[in-house]
Amino acid sequence: MPKVILTVPFSLMLLALPALGQSALRAPSSVSAGSSFSIATSGTGTAMLYLLGPSHVVKRAIELGQDLPIAGSDVVASGWYQAVACESGGCTSTTFQVLPSSPARLRFLVHPSRVPVSAPDAINATALVFDRFENTVLERTNVEFHFFSAAGSAFDRSVPTVRGIAWLQIGSTSKQGPLRVVASVGEAAEARIIQQVASEACGLRIQAISGPRTVKLQTDPVRDCGGNPLPDGTVVSFTKIDDAGRSTVDTPIRKGVASAQFAVSGRARISVACGVVLGNEISVNGERR
Amino acid sequence: MRRALPIFIALVTGVLVAAGWWRAGGFALHAERSAGTAEQAVRALMADIQARNWDHAFATLDHANGIQEPDFIQEIAGTNGSLRTYSVLQSFDAWLLHEDGNHSTFRVRMNWSSAVGSLDELRDLSTVRDGNVWRVVWSKPNYPKVPLQVLPVNYLRWDVIGRRSDDWGAASVDSPQVRITSMNAVERPDRVLILGEVENEDTVPAYVNVNAALLKPDGSSLDEQGSFDAISHKLLPKQVSPYRIDFPGLRLSQVKSVRMDARALLVPASADPVISVENQSIDKDVVGRKVLKGVLVNQSGQTVNIAQVLAAFYDANGKVIWVSDGYLDQALLPQGPVPFAVSIPDEVAARVHSYHVAVNHYIAPTA
Repeated sequence: MPKVILTVPFSLMLLALPALGQSALRAPSSVSAGSSFSIATSGTGTAMLYLLGPSHVVKRAIELGQDLPIAGSDVVASGWYQAVACESGGCTSTTFQVLPSSPARLRFLVHPSRVPVSAPDAINATALVFDRFENTVLERTNVEFHFFSAAGSAFDRSVPTVRGIAWLQIGSTSKQGPLRVVASVGEAAEARIIQQVASEACGLRIQAISGPRTVKLQTDPVRDCGGNPLPDGTVVSFTKIDDAGRSTVDTPIRKGVASAQFAVSGRARISVACGVVLGNEISVNGERR
Repeated sequence: MRRALPIFIALVTGVLVAAGWWRAGGFALHAERSAGTAEQAVRALMADIQARNWDHAFATLDHANGIQEPDFIQEIAGTNGSLRTYSVLQSFDAWLLHEDGNHSTFRVRMNWSSAVGSLDELRDLSTVRDGNVWRVVWSKPNYPKVPLQVLPVNYLRWDVIGRRSDDWGAASVDSPQVRITSMNAVERPDRVLILGEVENEDTVPAYVNVNAALLKPDGSSLDEQGSFDAISHKLLPKQVSPYRIDFPGLRLSQVKSVRMDARALLVPASADPVISVENQSIDKDVVGRKVLKGVLVNQSGQTVNIAQVLAAFYDANGKVIWVSDGYLDQALLPQGPVPFAVSIPDEVAARVHSYHVAVNHYIAPTA
């Protein structure tokens, strides 16, 4: 409803414009957001100026024939503006474009927050470039992406924006640990951390210490194929099959290894798995119960 | 005339009370509590258990085996916040298996109404004649005796901190990565089942829900269901859980395809307790049904109040062909073995090549 209230009178005023000729407004075709500028007027007498922007409206009395100073604070939102001057004989208007100012802020999204090591194209970094008034900077701008891994290596990528967005996809490194990603444009910089975590277990092996009725099992340090230790808490499944039947226990890795203990009756086959990865199988002999 | 109305009201009240007593099974209860025959002794015991009349129930037992009342009550009423403590005996049925002059054996099917639904229990009860009455021989519970010890527990715990919703792009932590590693659609006489396994592939714990939608040939949804309690919802890193989704009243011929959806939430979790599943074997129960039997051993120092067994059964090709689940009505005390059995349909049992058992647990919060 407020839009209608504003639109109808202004439309009527614009319809009356061809009948006029005694006053005119001349604005620069484009200005930078937040910058002060002037609109030249012709004619005599006083009039009422309406400055209509995408998110802001200004109304003030002006003297025709003088340059009208427009404060930078009246044109902070980028987009098309219309200046309308109305006097007793009718209205005249002009339009101009306010462009985003220079890049000053970044919004930075990195996905995912955790990624397995050595995963190709697994990291997606997206930066949106804004000026200091939060207008999206549509002009082509280079965003610098800096990557710092926990192992000490660092590398950079420079990506130009397309309609204000710079987008990059890269693989994770081969060593686990935090990967710091910094996106920067000029003075603006934003940092995010990605946790690179161990991948699937590789070469999973168990060793057994047999007693007469029990067997103690312990894995070698559980690592992925890149040598990264799987984090503590990762579940390792032990399975024993002997005369008494099948026994299983899911036990979490502690201090890099997983351990379990089974009672054995006769000849027993014991295997180990971590997720969908199978390890070795061993045989032990226990006393029959 | 003045006294007629109070007398009339008193008579009507008396008639209503008698009718209520009769409707509530008063005659049957009275008959069941007398033990002139072996069957009456069994039924009287069941009636006492149903009424939670432990003292009277214990008094009617045969005490020759040295059973103690606390042990009897502990077994039948539950303890340590076990599922049995949240259960009542809803109904029972007893039938004679064997009888001679002074001894007989009855099989009793007890239907317990519990916090997780209806649970059936089968138990064989012996009875002996004691003069003019019959008494039930209640097997002496054999509770494990764990020596006093200090058990160091240093398993991991994961906490989730600093949750915020107002900082776009800056404070996000992804949901755990989970994957459905297998899925199979199975038809039973009264339903369609979606079975399979799901793995937490991530390095953090996940709260997992698996949902399935059965689709018609035109792509529209026939029905959507979730795994509800037939899954281990909380999965530690690299942990695998079976899941089963039931679609009652549907046939596979109605289904063109299935849309699966595994959703995971980042949740705090503890790697404690570790529960081993020992001596698993496929066997027959007392009524000849195929069951997977075994023993759960709580290897931690904390009592597990309610445990649920989930078992995935595979055929020779490694395909999941069935998922069974069952709750244990006993609590898992530290280091104490507790037997379990989950049923397998006969036609499935013939094709079972191997199986995987997972254990769900519930620990009541401590004050």
